Amino acid sequence: MTHQYPALTPEQKKELQEIAQRIVAPGKGILAADESTGSMAKRLNPIGVENTEENRRLYRQLLFTADQRIDSCIGGVIFFHETLYQNADDGTPFVKMIKDRGIVVGIKVDKGVVPLAGTNGETTTQGLDGLSERCAQYKKDGADFAKWRSVLKISETTPSELAIMENANVLARYASICQQNGIVPIVEPEILPDGEHDLKRCQYVTEKVLAACYKALSDHHVYLEGTLLKPNMVTAGHSCPTKYSNEEIAMATVTALRRTVPPAVPGVTFLSGGQSEEEASINLNAINNCPLSRPWALTFSYGRALQASALNAWRGARDNEKAATEEFIKRAEANGLASRGKYVSSGTAGAAGQSLYVANHAY
Amino acid sequence: MTHQYPSLSPEQKKELATIAQRIVAPGKGILAADESTGTMAKRLQKINVENTEENRRYFRDLLFSVDPSISDNIGGIIFFHETLYQKSDKGIPFPKLVKDKGIVVGIKVDKGTAGLNGTDGETTTQGLDGLSERCAQYKKDGCDFAKWRCVLKISDGCPSALAIAENANVLARYASICQQNGLVPIVEPEILPDGDHDLLRCQYVTEKVLAATYKALSDHHVYLEGTLLKPNMVTAGHSCPKKYTPEEVGMATVTALRRTVPAAVPGICFLSGGQSEEEASLNLNAMNQTPLHRPWKLSFSYGRALQASALAAWKGKPENRKASQDAFCTRAKINSLASKGEYKPTGQADKAATQSLFTASYVY
Repeated sequence: MTHQYPALTPEQKKELQEIAQRIVAPGKGILAADESTGSMAKRLNPIGVENTEENRRLYRQLLFTADQRIDSCIGGVIFFHETLYQNADDGTPFVKMIKDRGIVVGIKVDKGVVPLAGTNGETTTQGLDGLSERCAQYKKDGADFAKWRSVLKISETTPSELAIMENANVLARYASICQQNGIVPIVEPEILPDGEHDLKRCQYVTEKVLAACYKALSDHHVYLEGTLLKPNMVTAGHSCPTKYSNEEIAMATVTALRRTVPPAVPGVTFLSGGQSEEEASINLNAINNCPLSRPWALTFSYGRALQASALNAWRGARDNEKAATEEFIKRAEANGLASRGKYVSSGTAGAAGQSLYVANHAY
Repeated sequence: MTHQYPSLSPEQKKELATIAQRIVAPGKGILAADESTGTMAKRLQKINVENTEENRRYFRDLLFSVDPSISDNIGGIIFFHETLYQKSDKGIPFPKLVKDKGIVVGIKVDKGTAGLNGTDGETTTQGLDGLSERCAQYKKDGCDFAKWRCVLKISDGCPSALAIAENANVLARYASICQQNGLVPIVEPEILPDGDHDLLRCQYVTEKVLAATYKALSDHHVYLEGTLLKPNMVTAGHSCPKKYTPEEVGMATVTALRRTVPAAVPGICFLSGGQSEEEASLNLNAMNQTPLHRPWKLSFSYGRALQASALAAWKGKPENRKASQDAFCTRAKINSLASKGEYKPTGQADKAATQSLFTASYVY
């Protein structure tokens, strides 16, 4: 590794960096609307809506037709392949609608998880075959960033070294290929919240996973200024008996990131995992009030945490569209404020939260 | 790597983080006075002074006995083993003399480089044997930080993957052992400036070396908030025909660090390598004016770049003592300003004039 064979020209680097910075501009985050057809079934079933292509189109339309209030809080939207080629009722392509209001279009490019044989149910993610050609086409079709999700889990024996290393490597290959095609890669090494482990355990595992990710990105010559990170927040497992405050979650999360994510990365856009809409906003807000120096933007890339109320309000009825869109706008604005550390949720004291921060040396 | 077996208690972590932050407090840097006996021979020969234990003691005494206000500019001093057990003219042990000025005492703990067989003259560094016991003793004897130097070089085939991996690993082992004994480890992966490579090549190699270093520190469960980094600045090789400005050096260096050094590291104290005193100060100043966000302190850990004038003024003569001390204090004050980006050498265009020399960071 002694000679450099530049992977990108200065112009390519400049373009990637500018795209990344536009997505995480102050007060902005990402709407993850990239649920696959299978995932959409899980969203639509509970509200009694049939999982048809038309219903999926109608649903994304009510999100994308939100008024100008979201322009200051949504920097990017992640699409699923099908949605990238759908149109609004009046025939306007969704991609055009989003781009015309200055929001960056992204595309999910992975092809789901596959098992790692010989492990305790761990996985890697597939989708590298022909990825360069697919990225080139997506770029022509309006996408400027991409997303790829790798998954790890915490248990007595996991994540194993193989799972950490293999997922880090596949994320780095994906990132490298994206950049060659003018697409900013969002790197997502999700550690699932399933389990009874405590906050410290999640922090420890998150630090190991992220350290491996950034070593792999370095090995694969990825240009960090033209990437984004989409990690889990550091939280206890769902079945952990101890409950932690938002400030403890924030301190553990920011500490883990400070130990692993180089300052050159422009932004960290958290996934919401199983968190409720309100929880996800409050935690993001606490993160942005954490008294430790944070050299990257800390914002959101939320799916369910931006859409749960909207889905509930819609229930498949055209008459409910306006109300559903309103619900989405409310959550978008809340998270925009949270990304600036200025979100006050009804029912929580504002300043009272500050005093709950524990000195960072305990982490 | 799924379970944590904490290597440090919260109290140990707090102590280490506090020591590290004291060393790189605003405006402060490190005096690297840890020249081995062999290296001192080279320094003293240049001024025609005999390399005796007394002469070595005398010169360190000269440096350590300056006015206490030196602690505004010097946060830590690195000692060589011999010096740790020497005393001032008035019989005060050097560690006490330094600590009483509010300066942290450090100790060089490596035992020099050793060849890596099958490489093109590359090395690793030895000194791990019994290191824990040595660290425990040094802590008792007044030290709160340590330093270990690894060396890499740039050439057509270097640094090799083995050299990068082996040196990163040995630095991480050393760091882990230090922390167990309450010593803050300064991690020094020096890439030599020898060669005719350009600035970009040095930046590329520095990024790869530092990425490997921080991966190894993570693997060895080192507490980053209780460490410091001592890297080379990113510069062209000595024999490179192209010359670069301090602003270009600053931009290339800060870019490389932003891509590899986690924000949890409290401070980065550059080595001066072969740079002159003024060059080392101008470059450090440029670092601290680089228009990129820098979440760690950028300061100095200089040997020659703090002592060259002092040695030249001393020439081994007691009547030159004050002049020599003044020369040292002058460089210390200048580097303190440089660590804040406030150094204005006389005759130099002011900051606004030099701003235009920065090339947009995406080129790097």
